[in-house]
Amino acid sequence: MDPAGYSMRWYDQILTFGMSAPDQARDTSWWSDVWENAQWVRAAKNSIIIGSMATLLATVLGTIAALGLSRPEMPYRRFIMGVLISPMIVPLIITATGLFFFFSSTGLAGTYPGIIMAHAVLGIPFVIITVTATLTGFDTSLSRAAASMGANPVRSFRLVTLPLILPGVISGALFAFVTSFDEVVVVLFVASFEQQTIPRQMWNGIREQISPTILAVATVLVIFSVLLLTAIELLRRRSERLRGLTPG
Amino acid sequence: MVATDITSAGRMTGGVEVITAADGTPLKQALARANARARRRAFFLVLPLLAFVLVTFAIPIGQLLYRSIYNAAFSDNMPQLAAWFDANPQSAGVADESGFDALVLDLVAARANKTVGRVGIRVNYELPGSTSLFKSSARKAVRFEGPPYKEKMLEVDAKWDNPALWSVMRRASNPYTITFYLAALDLAFSPAGDIENVDEKRRIYVPLFLRTLILSAVIGFLCLLLGYPIAHLLATLPLRYSNLLMIFVLLPFWTSLLVRTTSWIVLFGDPWHCRRRWPYPDDVQSDRHHRGDDPYSAAVYGSAAVFGDENHSATIPPTYVRAARSLGANPFTAFWRIYFPLTVPGIGAGSLLVFILAIGYYITPALVGGATGQLISNLIAFHMQNSLNWSLAAALAALLLAGVILLYWLYDRIVGVDKMKLG
Repeated sequence: MDPAGYSMRWYDQILTFGMSAPDQARDTSWWSDVWENAQWVRAAKNSIIIGSMATLLATVLGTIAALGLSRPEMPYRRFIMGVLISPMIVPLIITATGLFFFFSSTGLAGTYPGIIMAHAVLGIPFVIITVTATLTGFDTSLSRAAASMGANPVRSFRLVTLPLILPGVISGALFAFVTSFDEVVVVLFVASFEQQTIPRQMWNGIREQISPTILAVATVLVIFSVLLLTAIELLRRRSERLRGLTPG
Repeated sequence: MVATDITSAGRMTGGVEVITAADGTPLKQALARANARARRRAFFLVLPLLAFVLVTFAIPIGQLLYRSIYNAAFSDNMPQLAAWFDANPQSAGVADESGFDALVLDLVAARANKTVGRVGIRVNYELPGSTSLFKSSARKAVRFEGPPYKEKMLEVDAKWDNPALWSVMRRASNPYTITFYLAALDLAFSPAGDIENVDEKRRIYVPLFLRTLILSAVIGFLCLLLGYPIAHLLATLPLRYSNLLMIFVLLPFWTSLLVRTTSWIVLFGDPWHCRRRWPYPDDVQSDRHHRGDDPYSAAVYGSAAVFGDENHSATIPPTYVRAARSLGANPFTAFWRIYFPLTVPGIGAGSLLVFILAIGYYITPALVGGATGQLISNLIAFHMQNSLNWSLAAALAALLLAGVILLYWLYDRIVGVDKMKLG
């Protein structure tokens, strides 16, 4: 093992790759160059924008739907649940191919709304699964109590139901975010160069040659996923405590 | 909640007591109406999402399936020839003078519209070598001075005298076709119009479907083998340790697939020399990468299997096994006769889920699979991006989808989609 073999410069490379003037003095204009031109930074920006918008869309629609799905009087419950979970089951390549045809004919190909919608669909199953699982332990007499005290359904949802199911909602949202953050097949098929995400950028790198920069990015991503996983675990425990499933 | 506005009030009508609600309607009717309202309310909560999934998921896949049976490249660009085929349904083989008239007029028009290449490619799917035939013939047909055309066309290229070409064109003149499904199953129309197997050397799709199935089964089995003890451990350890262990089990699931693939390449050497090849049947290179796939995939999907197993084994009371032991069973008998049968539903659920997820495996084979490591998903991508035979890609996708839906239905029957859990 050669101590001179250890170097941090590949982490620096994440920032400088693609810049117009990487060697200039590191003042404010250098950083603005990073922000504007560095390819990994741009990919990270895209990943975060697309991921958070898709998560928002999937979580809002998914939570509302989960409220309906967990009601005993929901008609065709099992079938509809099956349809809503199917984006997780259907092979990604099929979804990507279908979206490619659909987006090409509707002009959504190569646009941010298109990618966001596609990623939202892929994240929805995770939101549905986690939120309905949280709602099965939910005591409906609480929202009935809120209604009997004059709260309308929206108010009772906001003040009573939501705080109790929030850990489940957040963990579903994190699942949806990670799905979008890690997704490359749909991006390959329907995104243009403008919407390059981190996985898309990595895909190019892995197919061509694995540079140390790719490995540096991979390391950063592993740390990121460990943090996310820890957050999920903590949320899960909190959710179980809130619902009284395990003694706190 | 919905029943709060209903108060029962007795009323005598014709000697029979009908219980009514406050507004005078019979209680049964009022209840039915309230139930209907509750059902509607629940449904309206789901409706926005259902509409969203319908538009961005179901419709695109429907469009994809439609493409597998509909290809208008020929019929749209060769309208007169298509009309001639309709008008002469009985004449098989090479056309007569009137057929060649329609052909030449269409070729000239297609050349002017720059669509003759598309027409040629459509015929080329079934009869290799046709693209250049169409292009060169159209180029020369522009200079024809007038009918009769048949002799001149045969002079341009004797291939126009081939009955097989005419039967392909006749089939292609109908935009609705099962040709691509036949191609996806390694079948083809013979010149006489029967369905037959393609040449032994050109059979790639059925072996590839089989390989995908076998690989998925192996992955499912390996996950089961590796996941079962872990699931048992997770269910029996004290909560503090099992939570920590669970984090380690879930970590691969949460790590980016591309990161895992990268580390795999770093660990097991560069497969440069065998990458980006497509599964030509006679290519024997890079066998090691095919073998390399299995344990890797198992690690990827192992975490998914553990989910299913753990959910079930956690519900098995340890007292059962203890009871068996106290009745004189040795540890193996207690496991095999008591514990194992109780975990079978969990095993079924876990393995089936892994199997379903593994069937659509695309990313890792594309990056490290080499020539023999390609699966059906990779071939769909190949036909979408490289060969541009979109109809064949759609037909392959439809067959894959049918298999997945069947397994999904099975999963729903055995486990129930509403019982699925994540971590």
